[in-house]
Amino acid sequence: MIKSLKKFSIFLASVALLVGLQSEAFAAKKSRTLSKTIKQDHVKCGVSQGLPGFSNADAAGNWTGIDVDVCRAVAAAVLGDSGKVKFTPLTAKERFTALSSGEVDVLARNTTWTLSRDADLNLTFVGVNFYDGQGFMVRKSSGITSTNGFKNGISVCTNTGTTTELNMRDFFNARGISYEPVAFEEADEVVQAYDAGRCDTYTTDKSGLAAQRTKMKNPDEHIVLPETISKEPLGPAVRHGDQVWEDIVRWSLFAMIEAEEYGITSANADSMTTSENPAIKRLVGSEGELGTLLGVDNNWSLNIIKQVGNYGESYKRNIGDTGILPDRGPNALWTKGGLLYVAPAR
Amino acid sequence: MNFNTLKKLIPQIITIVILVGVVAYFWSNTIINMEYYGYEFGYDFLSKAASFDIQFSLIDYDGSSPYFRAYLVGLLNTILVSVLGIIFATLIGLFMGISRLSPNYLVSKLAEVYIEVFRNIPLLLQLFFWYFAVLRTLPLPENAISFGQSIFITIKGVYVPKFIWTNFNFFIVSFILAIIVSFFIFSYAKKQRENYGKHFPAFWVSLGTIILFSGSGFLFGIVNLTFEYPEIYNLTETVFNYRGGVTIIPELLSLLLALSLYTSTFIAENVRAGILGVGKGQKEASSSLGLTPAQTLRLVVLPQALRIIIPPTTNQYLNLTKNSSLAAAIAYPDLVLVFAGTALNQTGRAIEIITITMGTYLTLSILISIFMNWYNKRIEIKEK
Repeated sequence: MIKSLKKFSIFLASVALLVGLQSEAFAAKKSRTLSKTIKQDHVKCGVSQGLPGFSNADAAGNWTGIDVDVCRAVAAAVLGDSGKVKFTPLTAKERFTALSSGEVDVLARNTTWTLSRDADLNLTFVGVNFYDGQGFMVRKSSGITSTNGFKNGISVCTNTGTTTELNMRDFFNARGISYEPVAFEEADEVVQAYDAGRCDTYTTDKSGLAAQRTKMKNPDEHIVLPETISKEPLGPAVRHGDQVWEDIVRWSLFAMIEAEEYGITSANADSMTTSENPAIKRLVGSEGELGTLLGVDNNWSLNIIKQVGNYGESYKRNIGDTGILPDRGPNALWTKGGLLYVAPAR
Repeated sequence: MNFNTLKKLIPQIITIVILVGVVAYFWSNTIINMEYYGYEFGYDFLSKAASFDIQFSLIDYDGSSPYFRAYLVGLLNTILVSVLGIIFATLIGLFMGISRLSPNYLVSKLAEVYIEVFRNIPLLLQLFFWYFAVLRTLPLPENAISFGQSIFITIKGVYVPKFIWTNFNFFIVSFILAIIVSFFIFSYAKKQRENYGKHFPAFWVSLGTIILFSGSGFLFGIVNLTFEYPEIYNLTETVFNYRGGVTIIPELLSLLLALSLYTSTFIAENVRAGILGVGKGQKEASSSLGLTPAQTLRLVVLPQALRIIIPPTTNQYLNLTKNSSLAAAIAYPDLVLVFAGTALNQTGRAIEIITITMGTYLTLSILISIFMNWYNKRIEIKEK
């Protein structure tokens, strides 16, 4: 009964769609999300509710962060203006539903790339813009200097609905330690609970720990333990089913990273159009038709680099200079000993 | 078919057409969007392992249990806080409602202040107040507030002794037997009163029976009760914790406090309305018969007032049950936080999970109202 109703409804809908589409303007490449974005003249971006360094709004409502910069890169590539982004703050609980229901078209919300999310949640991770790992934060006064000091009955504050909850369980189970998970929906509530003493320790991605520590009453009272208990490759995600849009978002991120590799910055991008190196020329759009292949303007990468900067500039601006994580660690280029190695833009 | 029937029929037909049209639109819209976004509808996720732990659970649960068990944990936690909340709200509400009508000026004014304060502040704010402003300021375990070295109040929770039974079954069986016997005692007393006008102290006799029956287990050494006391221990040199005994987490405590106090004000007003709704003649007649005000209240006024009190109070019980979903704001692992929160996020099955959650609350509410309606019918005054 459901199947035939389904088929009939789809038939009705296709008729309606065909009739409606007569008046729609098609993008050169068939992509619903791309044509929707062009039509509404902004990119719908899902971000966090305020994580310094990744996506955070200041008092005037201006968003900054490396996740924010990914969305701005997409806007620069597709619409030519990195300011044409609409940010939607999302909790960990609603982020995937918001993406799969079409409320946002890019989810740049320090989200960990895992198999179950890739396969089960109908979304695709386009790449990694931050290599991270989960860690624990404790008060200096507790005397704990490593996770070996954790004993039975420890209470742990965390965010609900995240990989943190799952990793935490794996960690304590493997060591046979009984623990009390106290899981809140909002990151601010977690920080407050830990700060007030409700929990003995606070766990999330180490970048999150560093960022949230700045929000505590006495940041110097707290230390992040040295152990990293999991891999957390954070990256932007898009919905299943729209490969054109997926490619655009992926290559917007990759262009930023490759630009740093070749030393192209927002300051010298224009002068690089006359460079000798063909790889650089392709990245700034003075050679090749890479934009058309993606379905965007040929100046896409030049716009990204000029308006948002390369990955290094974005990192420095948001995470390095703000004191959150001055050392790039695994987030340096592969040529400098880090993990950032992206496919070539050619 | 004459014009009159047509006049009645046409609006009904139009309404049905509109209703069916709206439902069909939403139905087809959902199906189309599910196809478009590649969403696969199915309930098979319920048997997959949940992989997350829950802080507080009445049944055995750990991360390797399936999502269905996580659903049960959330459901039981919701039922726990709702049942306790209903009991406390009723007791407090009854007390406050009667106090409000006390001839003593101080008592009635205090009750009025209580009702006005706790009724007019939004429930969420009251919840935040209890959780963040009050329970957060409790001391750390090393400086716990203790009662007789067996009950400890700290920021991490309230620790009370645990009952350790041997042969609990024997005790429960004897207790239930005693309850059944007391039913017979009460009906015997009623028959004595109605047929012969003789007073039989049913309450005291049944109390004695219950004590005798339940105590027999202890007397013959079959049943034993010891306590496991919570004791403090070192997590590290400077951090302390309690283990043993029963832990009442502050999340449960603050939710219970907020729900009970808030709902009790509405029940208090219902009680007051009920009592005022009983004819003044009843009170005058009973006092002219020589009954004290307390006896009047208990034997004459309240039984009649109950008919007025119960239907709106049923509403309040339903409200309390649904308001318990605010637990999501303070990390109490109720149905919404565990199932419609964590499980929804990990599986992405928004439509299935929300439908199950809505269905569950609907069932709980219907069960409560069926029970209350049955009780209302039972205590109806039958016109003879």
